[in-house]
Parts: sequence; C-alpha cells; structure tokens
Amino acid sequence: MVRTVLTRIALALAVAGLPAAVLAAEAEEPPARSWPHEGIFGRYDRAALQRGFLVFKEVCSGCHSARYLRFRDLEGIGLDPDTIKALAAEYTVQDCCDDAGEPFERPALPSDRFPPPYPNEQAARASNNGALPPDLSLIVKARAGHEDYIHALLTGYEEPPAGEQPPREGMYWNRYFPGHWIAMPPPLSEGLVEYPDGTPATVEQMASDVTQFLTWLSEPTMEERKRTGIKYMLFVLVLTGLFYAYKRKLWADIH
Amino acid sequence: MNREFVQPPLRGVAKWIDERLPILTWAYNELVVYPAPKNLNYWWNFGSLAGIMLTIQIVTGIVLVMHYTPHASMAFDSVEGYIMRDVNWGWLLRYLHANGASMFFAVVYIHIFRGLYYGSYKAPRELLWMIGVVIVIVMMATAFMGYVLPWGNMSYWAATVITNLFSAIPLVGETIVTWLWGGFTVANPTLQRFFSLHYLLPFVIFALVFLHILALHQVGSNNPLGIDLTKKDKIPFHPYYTIKDMFGLGVFLLVYGFFVFFAPNAFIEPVNFEPANPLQTPAHIVPEWYFLPFYAILRAINFDILWIIPAKLGGVIAMFASIFVLFLLPWLDTSPVRSARFRPIYRQFFWILVLDVLVLGYCGAHPPEGWYLTVAQIATAYYFLHFLVILPILGKVERPLPLPKSLDEPVLAGGAAPSSR
Repeated sequence: MVRTVLTRIALALAVAGLPAAVLAAEAEEPPARSWPHEGIFGRYDRAALQRGFLVFKEVCSGCHSARYLRFRDLEGIGLDPDTIKALAAEYTVQDCCDDAGEPFERPALPSDRFPPPYPNEQAARASNNGALPPDLSLIVKARAGHEDYIHALLTGYEEPPAGEQPPREGMYWNRYFPGHWIAMPPPLSEGLVEYPDGTPATVEQMASDVTQFLTWLSEPTMEERKRTGIKYMLFVLVLTGLFYAYKRKLWADIH
Repeated sequence: MNREFVQPPLRGVAKWIDERLPILTWAYNELVVYPAPKNLNYWWNFGSLAGIMLTIQIVTGIVLVMHYTPHASMAFDSVEGYIMRDVNWGWLLRYLHANGASMFFAVVYIHIFRGLYYGSYKAPRELLWMIGVVIVIVMMATAFMGYVLPWGNMSYWAATVITNLFSAIPLVGETIVTWLWGGFTVANPTLQRFFSLHYLLPFVIFALVFLHILALHQVGSNNPLGIDLTKKDKIPFHPYYTIKDMFGLGVFLLVYGFFVFFAPNAFIEPVNFEPANPLQTPAHIVPEWYFLPFYAILRAINFDILWIIPAKLGGVIAMFASIFVLFLLPWLDTSPVRSARFRPIYRQFFWILVLDVLVLGYCGAHPPEGWYLTVAQIATAYYFLHFLVILPILGKVERPLPLPKSLDEPVLAGGAAPSSR
C-alpha cells in the first residue's frame, strides 16, 4: 500500500534516523561567485538578463518549462511592450473556444504564459531518456547553493573519473550535481547563440547570463523589495531614534 | 510627572457609556495606569513585542487569505505564481508573514527564558506561566499548519512526518493518523483542514493572551530583583512603558525588516520551492529552526525504553514531555527566591540550559547519526535533568544572596535565610 510505504519512508528518515543521504552524497560545494544582484544595493544587470533570456529561449526552453513566466513579465528584464508583443506573436497557443465551441490556435499575447515544451510529464520523460526536466520558474531558489549552484552545474560537465560507469545509458558526469550523474546533456557549447549586442557567446558567458535570468525569474520583485527595504530601514531608524530621545526625556526623573 | 494611578472623573458621553459598560474604566486601569515596577529592564520588552507580532501575523494572514487558494492542486501556484508575482505587494505580505513566524518564535523564546532567569513562574504567577505554556503549544500547532499551506515539498513531508508521530500511540495510533489526514495519506483533505485550523488558532491564541494579561495584572509584573514591590516602587504603564515599548519595537522592526527585505528566504528550505511531491522524499526532512530542539529530542530516543516502550513512542513522549515539564516548573523549582541575580548557582545552571537548548537545536538540524546523535542524547538527558533533578535539589541546598527589601533600601546586613521571601 502506498500509504504504508510512505509512512515507513517518512519514519525511517525522520524518527529512526536512517541515513537518507543518498542524494546528498558526493555533492561538491559550488564555488561562490559574486553577482551584480547581490547585497542590499544589488540590482539586476539588464543587459545580462536579456542575453540570459535569449539563452533560455533558444536553449533551455527546448526541454524546460517556466510556467510562471508570462510574456508581459519580460518588461522586468527591460524589454519594451512592442518587443514583447512581437516576441509573443512568434509562439502559438491553443485557446478555448471559438464561437462554434471549437478550440483554436492563435498567436500568443503578452498576457499568455510562456508555452511549455511538452504537453505533460509523460511526454517530457519520453523525450528525455526517462528524466523529467524541472520547471525553471523557481529553480534558483529551489536548489541549495542557488545561483552559484546553477552556474556551477551548467559549467561543471567533465569526463567521468576512470572506472566510473553511468547508472543508466545516456547520462553525463557533472562535478556539482548531487551524485554526479545527470540526465541533462551538456546544454551549452561555444557560439550556441548569437548575442545581438556582440558579446562573445562563450560557455562561461552564457552560463553567467542565463543564471542571472533564472535568478530574476525566481525573484522578479527583488529590486522593488530592496528599494522598499532601504526606505523602510531609514524611516524606522529615524523613528527609533526619536522614540529613544523621548524615552530618555520621560524617564529622566524616574531613576 | 504623572505618578497617579487613579482615573480622572469621566464626563459627558464617556461617562454615559462607562456607567453602562465600564470598558473605559477598565481600559484606563489596565492599559494606562497599570502599576508597573520601575526597574524593569529591556528583557521585559519582549512580552509586548510578542503581542505586536501576533497582531502582525493575524493582519498579514487575513490579507494573504484573500489571495491564497487552499487546494492541493492550486495552493503552491497561488503562493509562488500569484501572491509572489501578481498581487500588489503580495511579496511583502508573504515575506512579512513567513518571516513573522520566525520573529514571533524568537521573541517568545526570549520572553520564556527571561521568565526562567528571573523566576517569573513562581508564586503567585504559576497560572500566568502555565497559560503562557499553553500559548506556546498552540503557537507551535499554528506555525506547523501554516508551514504546510504553501504545499511545497518540505511542507508535504513535514506534514507527513509530524502527523505520523501520532501513529506511535499504542492500539489506536494508525486510526488517529488516518482521521487527522482525512484519508490514507497527506492530501487535499489534510491541506484544507490545516488551512481551517490555521485560521482559527490565532484567535484562540488571542483569547489566551487576554487571559495571560488578566493573570498578569491580577498579581502584577515580576521585576529583575524578583522581590515583591510596593506602590512607591511602581510607575504607571503609560507613558513610561508605552514609550519604552515603542523604542524596543523600533529596534525589533529593524531586525525584522532586515530579514523581510534583504534576506527573506533565509529561513526557507530550498526544497520548499518545489511543489509537494508524494513520490519524492527530500534527502533531509528538517522543520523550521524554532522546532529544531524538539526535533532533536524526538530523534534522540532511538532505543526501546525498558523493552516496553518502542523507540518511536519513546521519542514522541520525550518530545511532548520536554514542553509539558514546563507546566510543573513552578513546583519543580523549590527555591523561594525568584531572581537568578540572587541565586549564584542557579544562574550558572540557567546558562547551561540555554547552551543545552542551542546544542539541541544544532543537532536537530543534522541527521541523527554519528556524534550528532550522541550529543543530542546527552543534551536531551541534561534537559530533563535540569528540570526534574537539578532544580528541585538546588532550591534546598543553594544559599541565595541577601535580598533587598525594596528598590531604594540597601540590602540588610547578614543576608536572608533561604526561607524568607
């Protein structure tokens, strides 16, 4: 019974304390990098986000969905509404329904979600050697190591150490993937995309750009949050100072 | 300077209302002129901070509910895809609420340890203390169910693990778990009942806080000296403690704001950014930080006790006992002296207990194997030793320092006998 199995697994992990570190084993710490969006005053680099979106659009989105991404959200990476409209129109989405009640296809609108590459999980697995490419909407927040890990993973493909065999045919050795053997083929290669701004499309450059785009995709409200936070901190700091001065004044004759 | 504790006479409409419904007199006596010891230090700020945190959680929670969808197939999307992205200031509401839970527990834990240090649980404040323990228990239930609501993968597995604790109850355990789940696994019925209770329990806490304050005002606040004070050592709550609490609130809001605006995901496990998946168990199931000491105690019992109690049941009993022992604390601590300032030996044991709980928390964050497990077992044993053995004996053998008679009278020569209070 599923329930019994789940119960046993959960208890084995949590209560009896059996080592559950199968996945966590052998994971190598991704090297810490510095990113323009880090820190209290950190902001996204718009040019990098737009290059990163190009990599996402032409490479990642072939296998990965991004179900929380609407075309109109791309204003956040600095695209103007007309560009977004034209971009959306390159894609076809199915709508329901025309006046006769029939589903019909139409060009995507800015309000549409970025179309997923596969209609369902089975189709995704069937096309990917049984593995399911995860949705990328929250991927940077959903992985320990966050953007450092994503960047390290994209650039961490190596020849397997001598004598190591893949657990399944068609898997690849990656220094930073937990367990090292990953179903995703090395996604980036020199010159895979052509950047309109003339930046050379090295693997390192593309990995850095697309990681920044995915960070934005995971936390699109970051800049608004930090801006608000700075105002909030200054306001509360002044207010606290006033409270302290008033407290001192009131309490002066108590002690 | 306003040192008057008497209400000025009411006139007009206020008088008319108050004669029929004495709410104004009540508010004046309890909230304005409540006589508070004038020597309270900043550790006494955390009570009002806890009340403010409860209010913030209720307000942000109510607004979040306007946008949240309590259904297994939509909850995750409604939080991560809608509230965090499309709702105006939704990210702020959510981060205030999620980090607010951590802040609430931090504040309440400091409030509890303040009570432990200054002996605020001793007569005549036993019921005040016990109501406080009930509040913490209800808070834990509320926080746990709230953690499940985003329906991330850690939400799902935390719900599975914690509800499974009840299966340790002999004979009826499995039946109870099925009843809690509303099915044969954690699923939509579980989410929906957790949502309902998560909305209900904060108002239960609110009522308990009211009782907590009622009991407090009946006997008056304890103070850093732990001695009973007369009126001349007290000052009206307003304006002295309202302004002091406002200043404390300001400092607290800076810390809270730092997390909300600059490190909002510091307390969230990466696994919880993936939707609930019954087929994919996270490598390490860890609760939120404020449960880690209890989680360590739960997992420290990995052996059958006396061949009768299975390890799992033993762990569950130990975990619940670690909280329930606090109900007995007013009677376990046999010393008549309240404040640790005058208890040189207790003071050291107090800090050892603080360290012990921190060690438990550290072990709770790691898998229970190797030396983590050994340390957790020692720390668990010490936790109970502190309350069940050390405190009862210490009250009998410790010689307290001489107690002052009042705030401005010097300590009498010769010191106090342990029995004089």
